[in-house]
Amino acid sequence: MTQAASSLPSQTDANGAVAIAQRSADAEALPQGLTAEDLVEVCRQMILVRTMDERIWMMNRQGKVPIAASCQGHEAAELGSLLAAQKDGDCFLFPYYRDLAVKMAAGLTPRQVMLSFMGKEGEPYSGARQFPLQGADLPRNIIQISNVVAAGLTQAVGYALACKMMGEQTVTICYFGDGATSQGETHEAMNFAAIHQLPVIFICENNKYAISTPQDAQMVISDVAARAEGYGFPGFVIDGLDLVACYEATRQGIAHARSSGPVLIEMKVERFMPHTTDDDDRRYRDRDALDAARQFDPVTVFPAQMVERGILTQEQLDAFRNDATQQVNDATDFADAAQPPDASTIGDHLYVQG
Amino acid sequence: MPEMTVIEAVRSALHEEMERDERVFVMGEDVGQRGGVFLATQGFIEDFGPQRVIDSPLAEASIMGIALGAAFRGMRPIPEVQFSDFVWPSVNQLIGEAARVHYGTNGALKVPMTVRIPYGGGIRGGLFHSQNVEALFFHTPGLLVVTPSTPYEAKGLLKSAIRDDNPVIFLEHKKTYRLVRGEVPDEEYTLPIGPADIKRAGSDVTVVSYGLAMHYCLAAAEAVAADGISAEVVDLRTLKPLDTETILESVKKTGKLLVVHEDNISGGIGAEIAALAADEAFEYLDAPIARLCGPDVPTMPFAQTLEDAYMPSPDAIAAELRRLAAY
Repeated sequence: MTQAASSLPSQTDANGAVAIAQRSADAEALPQGLTAEDLVEVCRQMILVRTMDERIWMMNRQGKVPIAASCQGHEAAELGSLLAAQKDGDCFLFPYYRDLAVKMAAGLTPRQVMLSFMGKEGEPYSGARQFPLQGADLPRNIIQISNVVAAGLTQAVGYALACKMMGEQTVTICYFGDGATSQGETHEAMNFAAIHQLPVIFICENNKYAISTPQDAQMVISDVAARAEGYGFPGFVIDGLDLVACYEATRQGIAHARSSGPVLIEMKVERFMPHTTDDDDRRYRDRDALDAARQFDPVTVFPAQMVERGILTQEQLDAFRNDATQQVNDATDFADAAQPPDASTIGDHLYVQG
Repeated sequence: MPEMTVIEAVRSALHEEMERDERVFVMGEDVGQRGGVFLATQGFIEDFGPQRVIDSPLAEASIMGIALGAAFRGMRPIPEVQFSDFVWPSVNQLIGEAARVHYGTNGALKVPMTVRIPYGGGIRGGLFHSQNVEALFFHTPGLLVVTPSTPYEAKGLLKSAIRDDNPVIFLEHKKTYRLVRGEVPDEEYTLPIGPADIKRAGSDVTVVSYGLAMHYCLAAAEAVAADGISAEVVDLRTLKPLDTETILESVKKTGKLLVVHEDNISGGIGAEIAALAADEAFEYLDAPIARLCGPDVPTMPFAQTLEDAYMPSPDAIAAELRRLAAY
């Protein structure tokens, strides 16, 4: 395991176009643009997301959730980057299937999330036509169409192109896993974004596995971000278990994207769970390594750090846990009792009418 | 009314729609400085600038994915696939993505995108510059598929496609580009996507076709008229949605159906039309349904003899019409 808590982000951009602040440069100062309340709130979200994620997995084992991809181990990357997007206020998101934390923190309620995983009427992304939380959540500036993993990259670049053509300031943030970087459209998307200097951030949540295939069977380089240089834009490697580092990298990435064009930010994360509820990772993952990684679990480490620094009290933390359990219980009961979509709606919305 | 070629009609429709709506833009290989390999966008970069006439890298998957993403934001992209044979790298973005965006977002997102694709053979294009690609898109719910055969239709249907909020696969037969001339009104007009057109009325045999082959059907109908055979030529114009009403009405009138297309016979449009007639006009049929289509080899081979062996011809169509009429 190289995911030591002391690892620092490294910069692969020879031009130094963006200087990503080194993590924990001043552990006592608040990150730029954030208040203590922001950090408390992100602790609350982290705990809620993890509680929800665990419950979803449990509901799968009870036969009520057909499929789920867990974000456990990705929370710091997802919530840190999203926090930067929310603080900016003009970002549009193309997440991928492991981004439960992004989608929840963007404003989806626990009830909506559970409706989605159980495939019930009122499902917010696709009317329960797609896998959970896949489709579009336009009120929260989110589009995620597909499971063809790199297809979203070219679409995100097209979205950024449109924003630029329309003279808008929106920055598009595109999330994907290390697996997606092997598909040709990742190359095409990054190359086009560079040619047109589009306001887009590519965030690779590198958990080192494409289902069962480890990174060294996907590529010979150690950092996906190194590819950015080949496209002529900056790439950065960030400790994806460090929420503040992910926030800071994304904050600076947004500024760069808006002024100068694309950025690739690789967030090194862990995947604590199997690929999906249908997968059995005991066939391919070393248990000791996985256990070792868990000691850096951001959902444990980050709130503890906040308590240590006096930003969060232990009482608040306990209250967040209780509250999360209650919300998730309520969401589970609500979705369990909800109706599935009526079979007569199967043909709805195939074409735009008129 | 001025007369123009199909390619001139396409250019005119594109130009008018780009003038009319600044959300419309074209993107593709060589569409800018070169004006397109068939010159569909000749002069556009001077008129609209490189922002709206985008020379893309030689990368079809991203041409389509980027156009789709731009459509999500409200632009009305017109991606061009230089030759239909090059559409395959982009097919996930069309069939896997664009076709199911509206459905897969429960109606939240629209895809106002028109994909222009020069297609078809008879131009010595060989295996990689001749293909008919329509069957795959015809099979895909969520797409509209348009196949004009004349300049008048190319212009009117292309303008409708650009204004439509659904993804449209707009197939232009390359051999018609400069071969087929026709009158096109000076004034503004559009033609609705969907309705077929009876290009020649008749009473003995119905022949259904589209694109270049439709012109061969007209020539064949003219030839057999001398033998006293009255063939009705139905030009589909739009493959998806299929104008089942016009097809069935004609078949019920004549009692005999021939479907002609250049695309491979197996699993082609003709198979669907034959099934339609068998399902819904069975009692009216006086002869077995006939199909005159491309053979099941990949596409038109390069050598003249082999290409000729592949392509439908007015003579072959006329022979089928005579056979059916005598049945």
